[in-house]
Amino acid sequence: METTDSPVVTSLHQSDKNEMQSENNIDSITEVEDHMTLPRIERSKETKLLDTLTENNSNPRYLPVDIQKEEAVVFDVSETVKAPEDGGHEDSGEFVVAMLARGKLEEQDVCKRISPPILETSLEASTHWDEDVTAETWRQHRKHVFVLSEAGKPIYSRYGSEEALSSTMGVMMALVSFIQSGDNVIRSVYSDEHTVVFMQQGPLVLVSVSSTRQSEQQLRNELLYVYNQIVSMLTQASITRIFEHKKNYDLRRLLAGSEKILDGLLNLVDFDPSFLLSAVHCLPIASSFRDSLSQILQKAITPNLVFSILIAKNQLLTIAQEKMVIEDAKLDPSDLHLLLNLIGASSAFQAGEIWTPICLPSFNPDCYFYAYISYLDPPECTVCLLLLSTDNEAFYAVAECKRKIEEAMQAQNALTSIAKAQSYSVSQVGVSDLRHFMYKPFDVPDNHHQLTQFTSPEMEAPYDSEEEKMRLLDLYRDMHGRIHNTSRPLKLIYHVGLRETLLAWVTTKFELYTCFSPLVTKSCAINAITKLLRWVKKEEDRLFIRYPPKYSTTPNASKS
Amino acid sequence: MTTRGNARTNGNLPQTKICQFKLVLLGDMAVGKSSLVLRFVKGQFDEFQETTIGAAFLAQSVCLDDTTVKFEIWDTAGQERYHSLAPMYYRGAQAAIVVFDITKPETFERAKAWVKELQRQASPNIVIALAGNKSDLADKRLVEYEEAQTYAEDTGLLFMETSAKTAMNVNELFLAIAKKMPKTDTQNPTHAARHRGVNLQDPDAQSSRSCCGN
Ligand SMILES: Nc1nc2c(ncn2[C@@H]2O[C@H](COP(=O)(O)OP(=O)(O)OP(=O)(O)O)[C@@H](O)[C@H]2O)c(=O)[nH]1
Ligand SMILES: [Mg+2]
Repeated sequence: METTDSPVVTSLHQSDKNEMQSENNIDSITEVEDHMTLPRIERSKETKLLDTLTENNSNPRYLPVDIQKEEAVVFDVSETVKAPEDGGHEDSGEFVVAMLARGKLEEQDVCKRISPPILETSLEASTHWDEDVTAETWRQHRKHVFVLSEAGKPIYSRYGSEEALSSTMGVMMALVSFIQSGDNVIRSVYSDEHTVVFMQQGPLVLVSVSSTRQSEQQLRNELLYVYNQIVSMLTQASITRIFEHKKNYDLRRLLAGSEKILDGLLNLVDFDPSFLLSAVHCLPIASSFRDSLSQILQKAITPNLVFSILIAKNQLLTIAQEKMVIEDAKLDPSDLHLLLNLIGASSAFQAGEIWTPICLPSFNPDCYFYAYISYLDPPECTVCLLLLSTDNEAFYAVAECKRKIEEAMQAQNALTSIAKAQSYSVSQVGVSDLRHFMYKPFDVPDNHHQLTQFTSPEMEAPYDSEEEKMRLLDLYRDMHGRIHNTSRPLKLIYHVGLRETLLAWVTTKFELYTCFSPLVTKSCAINAITKLLRWVKKEEDRLFIRYPPKYSTTPNASKS
Repeated sequence: MTTRGNARTNGNLPQTKICQFKLVLLGDMAVGKSSLVLRFVKGQFDEFQETTIGAAFLAQSVCLDDTTVKFEIWDTAGQERYHSLAPMYYRGAQAAIVVFDITKPETFERAKAWVKELQRQASPNIVIALAGNKSDLADKRLVEYEEAQTYAEDTGLLFMETSAKTAMNVNELFLAIAKKMPKTDTQNPTHAARHRGVNLQDPDAQSSRSCCGN
C-alpha cells in the first residue's frame, strides 16, 4: 500500500513546473503517460504533456467517424438515408441525419465538446414513453439510448415511445446496413454536440446518442449493460432463435412491462459509479457481523442452490457462492448490477415470495437460473434475500432456506443491526480538503473467486444536489476515460478545476479517484492520498467482503 | 408476509380441520390478477400495481364452518415471455382463477385459451373459476356479463364479476372456490401429499420435496 514513492509520483513532481502555465480561469490537466504501454498510433496531431482543456476548447483526439477498419470513411448522408416511407407520425428522423451531416463537416475541423447543463427532465427516473419526440426538450436529453432489430423495428427508446420513433430507428438501421454493405462496421459518429455509438449484438442493434463527454468505450459499455439486461430476461439463445425464425419479429411483445427495468438501469448507469468501475459496492458493516450473516447463508442450503445474496438499501451485505459453480465461472460484477437493478426497479418483489427465471449474461448468456426473491422486513422492504438455484422445481426447498435464514437472523436481532448500517462520510477519513473518493483495490486475497469491489463515501455538500452529483460523476468519467484510453492510457491525472481539484491514479494494486477542494496544493493532495490509503487499509475489513463465503450443495453441479 | 398456519393438518384435531390447496391465477397482462390477490390477502388495492415478474407466492386462509381452508396462491405474470413457464406454476394446482378485464375483449379470448390449456394439461379435478375483473369500470364494459356467464356454464366453471378496486366479490370468489374443494381428500395425508405436491407445514413432506428436484 505504501507506494507513494513510486516513479509515477516522481514524474508528477517533475511536471509540476508545467502547471505554472495554467491560468486561474482555466482547468489544467497534467497527464503523466505510461510510456511502457503507449502504442503511439495517434492519427490526430501531437501528444502534449500538458493538455489544457477549457470548457470551450476543442479536443483534437476525437475523430468524427470512427469505424472498425480504422479508415476514415466519408459517406454522403443524402445517399445513405432515404426518407422513411411511412407517412405516419411526424418524426425526428432528421435529428440523426442532421447530427451525422454535422459530423461529416467536422472531420477536418476540431469539435467542440461541451457538456450541456443537466436538464431537469433528464434526472427523472419516470417513464418518458408519452414524451413528444418532435419537441426541443426531447432532443436535449443528455443521453438517448435506442434498441432496434436488424429489420429496423424499434425495441426500446429511453425517451419517447418506440412507435413515434420508428422512422428515426429506420434511419439508424439504414446507416448500419449501408456501412455493412461495404464490408465494414460503423462504430461511432462524432458531431460538435453529440457522440453516436453503434453496437450490434446478434440480431439487435443498440445506439447511444450522448451529449456527455464520455468516451466511446464508456458508452459502449453502457450499451452492453442494456443488451445484457435484455438477455437477462430472454437469454441470448432465445433472442437469436426468435429472429432466425422471423426477421421482423416485434421483440417488444416479449419485453412488455420491462421498459421500467431498462429505464431504471440507464438511470443507475448515470448515477451509480459501480457501472463505470465494473465493481460492486457493499454496505460497510463490522466484519464480525458480516461473517455471522455469511454463516447464516452458508447454513441454509439445499441441492442446486448456487448463490445466496443478501441486499440492504440496494447494496450488497454478503454473498455466498456454491464452490463448484464458481470454479466453473465466477460471478461477474455486471451480473450482480443487473440483479440489483432488477430488484430496485420494481415494487413487484414486495408482493410476496417471487420465483422467476433469470439469466446471468456474463456467467452464461444462454441459460436461466431460477431466482427466489423475498424481502425480510415487510412492510419497509429494505432488506432483500436473493437465492439462485439451477433447478426450476426447487421453489419450496429454497423457500424453506429463507425461513431458516429468517429465523437465524431473528435470533441475532440482525435486522436491527442492518437497519443501523449505513454508508460512511468522507470526514471519517480525517483528511481535510478531501471531498470524495472512489477506491477499487486489486490486491484482494483469494483473487480468482473474489468479487471486484470498490468503496466510496456518501456524496456530501457541495455534491448533494443532483446537478452537482452529476457534475462530479462527469469529471470522474472523464478521468476514467483518459486513464483507460486504449491508444494512450494514463496512470495519473492531476486536474485543477475552478471548483475542485481531482487526482486519479491507477497502479497494479488499485485504481483511485479523489476529489479535493480547489485550493489544495499538489503536495497536499499527495499527502492526503497517502493518509487515505492508510485509512482504507485499516478499515478494509469493514468496507469490503474480504473472503466471500462458499458452500457446497451440488454434487452434480452444472451450468445449465 | 405469508400467513403461517399455526395448527397442523394431522387429523388429531377434532373440531377444525385445516385443508391446504394450491391455487394459481392466470390471465392476460394487467387484468388485475395481483390486485385480486393483494385485495384478498392484505386487503389493499394499489392504483399503480406493478407488473408481476415471474410469479409471486402468497398464502391466505378462509374459514368455512368447521374447516380452515388455506390457499397457497401462485400469482403468475401475464407477460408473454412468461407463458411457457405457466405449467410450472399450475402443475399440481387444485384450483385456478382465470382472470379477464371486462373492458378488454381480447383478455376474455385469452382467458378462454387459458381455460382450454388447464382442462387439457392441469390436474383432471382442478376447480376453475373465471373472474371478470374491473367491474367498477362498468361504463367501459366491452364484455357482457351474459356472454361470460354462458361460456362459464357451458365449460363448467365458477363465474363472478369482481373488482379488486372496490373489493366487490373478491372474498366471495375465494370462498366459493373453497366450498368446492374436496375437503375429505386432504384429511388423508398420503392422498393429500400426492395431490397437492408439497405441504410447507408438514415435516413429512420434506423427503418427497427434495426428490421433485429432478
Ligand atoms: N379500476 C380498476 N382497476 C384495477 C382493478 N384491478 C386492477 N386494476 C388496475 O389494473 C392494473 C393492472 O393490475 P395488476 O393487478 O397489476 O394486473 P396483473 O393481472 O397482475 O398484471 P401482470 O402482473 O402484468 O400480469 C393496475 O393499475 C391496477 O391498479 C379493478 O378491479 N378496477
Ligand atoms: Mg400481476
